[in-house]
Amino acid sequence: MSDNVSPLRLPAGSAEIAALIGELAGLIVAALNLEVPAADIGPDEPLYGAGLGLDSIDILEIALVVSKQYGVQLRADSEDNERIFASLRQLAEYVNAHRTK
Amino acid sequence: MLAYRAGTPIRVRQFLADLARVGAALGAGGYVLNVCSDRYRFAVGFAASLLTGKVSLLPSTRTPEVIAHLKRLCPDAVCLTDEDDCDLALPRVRFPEAAAAAAPSAVAAPPAAAMPRIEAGRRAAWVFTSGSTGTPVPHEKTFGRLLEGMRVAAQRLGLEGAVSHAIVATVPPQHMYGFEASVLLPLASGHALTAERPFYPADICAALARAPRPRVLVTTPLHLRALMAADIAVPDTDLIVSATAPLSGQLAAQVEERARTRLLEIYGSTETGSIATRRTSTTPEWRLWPRVVFEPRADEIWAHGGHVEQPTRLCDVIELTGGDRFLLHGRVADLVNIAGKRSSLAYLNHQLTSIPGVVDGAFFHGDPAAAETCVTRVGACVVAPRLDAAAIVAELRRRIDPVFLPRPLLLVKSLPRTPTGKLPQEALRMLAAALHKPSPS
Repeated sequence: MSDNVSPLRLPAGSAEIAALIGELAGLIVAALNLEVPAADIGPDEPLYGAGLGLDSIDILEIALVVSKQYGVQLRADSEDNERIFASLRQLAEYVNAHRTK
Repeated sequence: MLAYRAGTPIRVRQFLADLARVGAALGAGGYVLNVCSDRYRFAVGFAASLLTGKVSLLPSTRTPEVIAHLKRLCPDAVCLTDEDDCDLALPRVRFPEAAAAAAPSAVAAPPAAAMPRIEAGRRAAWVFTSGSTGTPVPHEKTFGRLLEGMRVAAQRLGLEGAVSHAIVATVPPQHMYGFEASVLLPLASGHALTAERPFYPADICAALARAPRPRVLVTTPLHLRALMAADIAVPDTDLIVSATAPLSGQLAAQVEERARTRLLEIYGSTETGSIATRRTSTTPEWRLWPRVVFEPRADEIWAHGGHVEQPTRLCDVIELTGGDRFLLHGRVADLVNIAGKRSSLAYLNHQLTSIPGVVDGAFFHGDPAAAETCVTRVGACVVAPRLDAAAIVAELRRRIDPVFLPRPLLLVKSLPRTPTGKLPQEALRMLAAALHKPSPS
C-alpha cells in the first residue's frame, strides 16, 4: 500500500487498528501454539505475565513473526519497548506506525 | 579495557573505585543475592562480595518461594539491585553509583600494596538446582576452581592470547553459563565485558557493531535461531559461543556463514560449570576439557576432576566415544530444560500437588519431535474439582519459574495411572492430545 511509505502518516483509523489486532492475535496464537482462540485475546489485556502469560521466549518468537510479516525490527533499547508488549492494541499501533510491508 | 557500556570504555581504575564503594555498601552479612541486570554492575557486585568475604547467591529463578528458602538458608543475605522497583523480600542494597564529581579521571589509582590476594579455597558463589523435594539445592563454587575453569575455557575457545576481545552476551550474568562466559572469562583472561544484554536480533546486531573487534558473542540456540530468521545483516564476529541446549550442525554452519565466524558450543551444567566444547559445524563429537573425567557408574555418567567441585551425575544420555570424546543423546527422562532453565518433572509435580485444592496432577514433556525447530514447553494434567485452570496457573506462578508454566494445563477427572500407580509420559500425552482441541485459525 502506498500510504505505508508516507513519512507523514496520519493517525491510524480505528478500523485499520482493529483489523491489525485481529491479524496479530491470529499470528501469535499460531506462532506460539496457544490454547486460546485468537478472538478471545482481549485487545487491552497484558501480553506478559499474568495476562496472556507470555514470557521472553514467546516475545522473541512474536518479534520474529512481526519482522517477517510487517518488516518491523523490534528493539529493546527503544524507549517504546515497555509499551509495545503491554497489550495487543499497543503492539498493533507500533506495528502500524513502523511497518515497511 | 575492562568493560564497555553503550560503547564507552570502563577502565580498571574505575572498576577498582567502584569495588571499594560497593564493598562498603554491602554491610556485614555473609551472602549477597546479586540481581543487577547491568552486567558491569553485576561484575562489580560479585567482585566486591568476593573481596569482602561474601558469597554471591545465584538462583536460576526468583519466585517468592525461592526467596523465602534463601532467607532460611542465609538469614543475613542482602539483595544487591540496580533497579528502583525491586520487590524481592530481602533487605535491599541499591547499587551505589559514583558521585557525578568523581569522574573516572579524578579517581586515584589505589596503591599496588592494596591489591588484594584471594586464596583459592575462598567461597565465591552458590548456584542452585531444583531438588526433587521442592527446595533449591545450593552448589558451592570456590574462587580457585572458577578461575581454573576459566583458564581452560580461554584455551579451548582460543581466547588465551594477549589480544583483548570485547565480549557481548545475550544471557544473564546470574545463570551459570552467563556467569562463566560473560563475567568470569573476561575478568579472568583480560577480555572486556559489555554491560548490556541485547535481546531482539536487531539489538544483538547493534551491540555487536558497537563492540570493537576482535569481538565475541556469547549466546544460546534460541537467540541464534531468531538472529538467523531475522532479515538483517549480522556484523562480522570473531567468535560465537553457544550453550544451554544443543545446536544442530546445520544451524551452526548457517551462523558461521552469516557472521563470517567460528562457532563453538559449550557443554556443561550448573553443578559442573562448562566442561566440554565442540565446533558444531564440523563434528557432533564433544571434547572434554583437561583433567575432567567422565566415569560410567551403572547406567549413569558421573563427571569429576579438574575444576569440577563435586562428583556430579550428568542429566544427559552420554555415549563415550573414546579418549576425551563423547556424544550427547538427549536428556534423562525426568529432566526438563527450557531455554537453559532446568527443572525436573518430579520437582514440578511436587509444586503442583502442593497447591491446596489440587487432588492429583502431573507434568509431561512437550512433543519431542518439535524440539529441533522451536522451544518445547511442558504440559500438565490436573485433578482439582474445586479450582479452575487460571487459579492453578496463578498459584504455580508463585512457585515455579514462568517458563515451566504448563501449556496446556488440562483439568481432568483422574490421571491415567497404571494399576501399579505408575504414570507413563506417553499416557499423559495421549490424554492431553485427546482433550486438546486445536483453536480455530
